[in-house]
Amino acid sequence: MASIQELENTASQVRRDILRMVHAVNSGHPGGSLGCADYFTALYFEIMDYSADFKMDGKNEDLCFLSNGHISPVWYSVLARSGFFPITELSTFRKIDSRLQGHPTTHEGLPGIRIASGSLGQGMSAAIGAAMAKKMNGDTKTVYCLHGDGELQEGQIWEAAMFASHNKVDNLICTVDYNKRQIDGDTDDVLSLGNLRAKFEAFGWDVMEMEGNNMEATVSGLKEAKAKTGNGKPICILMTTEMGAGVDFMMGSHKWHGVAPNDEQLKDALSQLTETAEDY
Amino acid sequence: MAKYEYTEMKDTRSGFGDGLLEAGKRNKNVVALCADLTGSLKMNDFKDAFPDRFIQAGIAEANMMGVAAGLTIGGKIPFTGTFANFSTGRVYDQIRQSIAYSGKNVKIAASHAGLTLGEDGATHQILEDIGLMKMLPGMVVINPCDYEQTKAATIAIAEFDGPVYLRFGRPKWPVFTPANQKFEIGKAVTFQEGNNVTIIATGHCVWESLKAAEELEAEGLSVEVINIHTIKPLDNDAILKSAAKTGRVVTAEEHQMNGGLGDSVAQLLARNNPTPIEYVAVDDSFGESGKPEELFEKYGLGKSSIVAAVKRVMKR
Repeated sequence: MASIQELENTASQVRRDILRMVHAVNSGHPGGSLGCADYFTALYFEIMDYSADFKMDGKNEDLCFLSNGHISPVWYSVLARSGFFPITELSTFRKIDSRLQGHPTTHEGLPGIRIASGSLGQGMSAAIGAAMAKKMNGDTKTVYCLHGDGELQEGQIWEAAMFASHNKVDNLICTVDYNKRQIDGDTDDVLSLGNLRAKFEAFGWDVMEMEGNNMEATVSGLKEAKAKTGNGKPICILMTTEMGAGVDFMMGSHKWHGVAPNDEQLKDALSQLTETAEDY
Repeated sequence: MAKYEYTEMKDTRSGFGDGLLEAGKRNKNVVALCADLTGSLKMNDFKDAFPDRFIQAGIAEANMMGVAAGLTIGGKIPFTGTFANFSTGRVYDQIRQSIAYSGKNVKIAASHAGLTLGEDGATHQILEDIGLMKMLPGMVVINPCDYEQTKAATIAIAEFDGPVYLRFGRPKWPVFTPANQKFEIGKAVTFQEGNNVTIIATGHCVWESLKAAEELEAEGLSVEVINIHTIKPLDNDAILKSAAKTGRVVTAEEHQMNGGLGDSVAQLLARNNPTPIEYVAVDDSFGESGKPEELFEKYGLGKSSIVAAVKRVMKR
């Protein structure tokens, strides 16, 4: 078991990876990636039971899906630093002939990825399917899926939400990255999400809230969610985060959703994040 | 006496339903999903035999496609069932990203394709689905011609690893292929050999093509009739060989001219052996309500249209 300090150290390195990856190709999505660095670190370094010797079927393992595929940098960094593929491969992100496509895909055979995502709103359905297959196979492990909050504007999410509760898919924990921002601005300005807790509850889910940029709260929140599995309802975590978390000038607005830092901004950002493991 | 006789009239969707039940018996990983059309898709026998392997998805096709993709991760072989219209256009992006690009072993079973859906009209009569699906990299596209071929195809695709689009229809149609036939994905079936012209047909138009061939032979033409049940991957060798022999080709399908079987055949011939070709297909039009046979006549898909197309191509 990792200590909170160790997890925070790992998250700091993950944030450095994210910034260096998007800077190197002057593209990608740092804002949401930074906001979810603590979640992914907690999941892979503390919560999930898995083998880094990747097998697609993930039998008797916990599975992770990323529905908002544009925050691929955070997932790639955590997968690499969990041993799924060489850390040096992070330098190929978004470059020609890379397994680290702009959005995650199985197409290039990157270990750790089980389905393509990027076109929004599709991950929950896939995660439900994987969770139902686990039940059919007598596999008691848990399926995790992360969603953007803006992504909840997609209709398929609500088809899936209705379906999951109807079918009592209670080995599924869907987390919403509730940073209240999307590419065009605040979610409240673009298309209000309304009362998400009430909406998911009305759809038959067990809903909880979690602070996603506080490692201790994230770890305990994910453990609490795990304890809720097996009770006949899918679980939704509304995870409060800050887009750009960890880099002062990237927080407080939506403008770093999909913009890479320039040389000077990268230097400033990295100066705020300790290099706890070696940069790739 | 007619050269081709049919044993009975039966719908291809029942071929799917019976094939699905058989596939389910052969492999416990076969599961089925349906978007509130279990009776229409003839999936009730599977549902009754394997209630734990049947998933009612409700009227939510996008989610159904995604759930199917997810089920494959745990080793399941999911068949999704709904009308062809809701199996393709409505869920194109879900199929593209979660199934085709992700290389998932999902079988998309699409009923009520084309004009022969009949009275429900153009909202449901999809004529673009073959084109939509064949454009997706790695997607296998199959459109069987009768009950028995549909049943055999359903069993065969359950044993094939990869995404498949299986298209079939609503109406009772002549059954003229053998029971318990071997179905080879990507392999053309030559119904009869001939020297003057090749008719290449798929789906419900195969029977019409056989009847057209009888009429043309009575007029002295030697007609080759090839059934392409697998539009992708196309049996290039069979088509090129026949076109080289006859030098004249007519394609027949219950689909738009744009993007259908005829397009695939024309592309193949244009690149390898340019050959005069005429199309029997819907020409850039939506359908309408009516009886299947009336619609085939009005939209130029029936026997008389095939005969006319052969006569056109013979003059070129």
